[in-house]
Amino acid sequence: MAEVVDAVVGDAPDAVFVPRSRVVEGVRAYGLIVAMWLRSTMAYRASFVMMALGNFAATAFDFVTIVLMFSHVDVLGGFTLPEIALLYGSAGTAFGLADLLMGSMDRLGQRVRDGTLDTLLVRPVPVIAQVAADRFALRRLGRVSQGLLVFGYALVTLDIEWTVAKVVLVPLMVLSGAAIFSAVFVAGGAFQFVAQDASQVQNSFTYGGATLLQYPPSVFATDLVRGVTFVVPLAFVNWLPCLYVLGRDYPLGLPDWVAFLSPLVAGVCWVGAGLAWRAGLRAYRSTGS
Amino acid sequence: MRLYAVVAAGGFRRYATYRIETAAGVFTNTVFGFILAYTYAALWDERPQLGGYDMSQALTYVWLGQALLMTCVMMGGGFENELIERIRTGDIAVDLYRPVDLQLWWLAGDLGRAAFHLLGRGIVPMVLGSLAFDLVMPASPGTWVAFLVAVALGVVVSFALRYLVALSAFWLMDGAGVAQMSFLAGMFFSGMLLPLNLFPGLLGEVARALPWSALLQVPADVFLGKHTGWGLVRVYAFQAGWALVLLLAGRLVQSVATRRVVVQGG
Repeated sequence: MAEVVDAVVGDAPDAVFVPRSRVVEGVRAYGLIVAMWLRSTMAYRASFVMMALGNFAATAFDFVTIVLMFSHVDVLGGFTLPEIALLYGSAGTAFGLADLLMGSMDRLGQRVRDGTLDTLLVRPVPVIAQVAADRFALRRLGRVSQGLLVFGYALVTLDIEWTVAKVVLVPLMVLSGAAIFSAVFVAGGAFQFVAQDASQVQNSFTYGGATLLQYPPSVFATDLVRGVTFVVPLAFVNWLPCLYVLGRDYPLGLPDWVAFLSPLVAGVCWVGAGLAWRAGLRAYRSTGS
Repeated sequence: MRLYAVVAAGGFRRYATYRIETAAGVFTNTVFGFILAYTYAALWDERPQLGGYDMSQALTYVWLGQALLMTCVMMGGGFENELIERIRTGDIAVDLYRPVDLQLWWLAGDLGRAAFHLLGRGIVPMVLGSLAFDLVMPASPGTWVAFLVAVALGVVVSFALRYLVALSAFWLMDGAGVAQMSFLAGMFFSGMLLPLNLFPGLLGEVARALPWSALLQVPADVFLGKHTGWGLVRVYAFQAGWALVLLLAGRLVQSVATRRVVVQGG
C-alpha cells in the first residue's frame, strides 16, 4: 500500500508539471485561448459568416478603388494592373495572416487603461500569448482570402518566366511578410505600455504599411522608400521579392539577392520586437483598479 | 436651446480630454495622407485634369479627406456605439423619460464632437500636407465660410445616418452587422478612397446622388471653388435635403421603436 502511495505521490508532480520551455508554453497557451474564442465565435454561426463577409468586402473595396483608377489609366507608376495586383495580393495575404495571428495586440492600450492587464500578469502563462490570442477573430480570414484571391488573379494573368528561385521565393515571401508584420504588431503593443491611448500610431504602421505596399515603390518619394527599407523594413514583406519575380529594377539600386533576405529580416524584426516587448512589460505600472 | 448648447459644449470638451489619442490620430491621418497623396500624384501624372481636378486640387482633395475623416465620421464610430449599448442594456428607457428630445440631444453632442475633431484632427494634417505638397487654399474668406457651412451640413447628414444605424439595435440587439455595412458605404461612397468624379458611368451618378457624398465630396468641391453662386445653393440644398429626409426617417423609426420598448417593458 505504502509503495502505491509513494509511487502516486512520486509520479504526480512530474506528470502535472512537465518542464516545458517558455516558447512551447506560450504557443500551447495561445492555442488554448484561440480554441476557446473559436468555440465562442461558432456559437453564433450566422453572425460569424456575416462578419467574415464584411471583413472580406471591407478589404475588397481597396482593390475596387485600384481597378477604378485603372479605368482611367493603363499604368500607375510604370506598373500595369496585374503587376499591382501581385503587390496588392502579396501584401494583403501577408498582412492578413499577421492580423489574424497577432491583430489583437492593438487592444493592449485599452487593457492597460482599464487595469484588466493585471489579470493576465498573475496567470502562469506568457503575457504575450494571452494578449495576442485575446478575442481571436476568425473573421479576419476574410482579409486573407481576399488577398489570396487577388494574388491568384495576378499569378494567372501575369506572364512570368518561372525559375526554381522564383517558385521558392513566392511562399517564402508571404510567410516572411506575415512574420515581419507580426513583429510590427508586437512592437506596437510594446509602445502601448508607454502611450496607453495611442493605438492609432500602431495602425499607421500596420494598416498604413499594408496600404503602402499595395502600390509600387516607384510611386513614392525616395526618402519614404529608404525609410521602409532600412528603418521599418516593410520593403522586405513584398516589394523586393515581387520586383524579383517580375524581373523589375529595385529601388535604391539594391543588389539582386536582397529579395531572398526576407526570412533573415523577419528574424531580426522578431528579436527587436521581443526586446521592445520585454522592456515595455518591465516598465508597466498598474493603474491599481 | 440653451440646454443643447451645453450638451454640444460637453461633446467638445469630452473629446478634448484625450490629448494623446488626438496626437496619435493626427499622426495616423498624416501617414495615410502621405501614402494617398503619392498614389494620387502617380494617377494625375498619367492623366492631368482627371475628374476636372488638376494635380494640386487632387492633392488638396486627399488632405481634405484626412482632415474631415473624423469630423464627418466617414468610417462610422462615435456616439452610435454608445446609443446601441444603451438600447441593448435597456438604459434607453431612462433616456426616454427625460424631458429632452432624444434625437436633438445626441445631435448636439455630436456637433460638439465634430467641432473638436475639425480643430484637433483637421488642421495639423492639413498644414503638414501643405508643407510637403503644393496644395490650393481658398483665397477669399467667403470660400472658407462656404466650406465650413458645407462641413456643418455634412456632419448633420453623417449624424442622421448613424442615428438610423443605432436605432436598428432596437430590432437586431446587436448593431455590429449594420455598423459594418454603414462603415463600408461611408468609406466608398463618401469619396474617401477615390473622388466620386472618377467613378465611371452609372456607378458615378448613383454615388454622387447618395447621401454619403455630402460627407466629403461636396465640402471638398466647395473648398476647391467648384461650386459658386447658384451652384453653391444647389449643393447646400442637396445636403440639407438629405439631412432633413434622414432626420425625419430617424424620428419615424424612433417613434415606432419606442412603442416597442413600452411593449417589452423596457
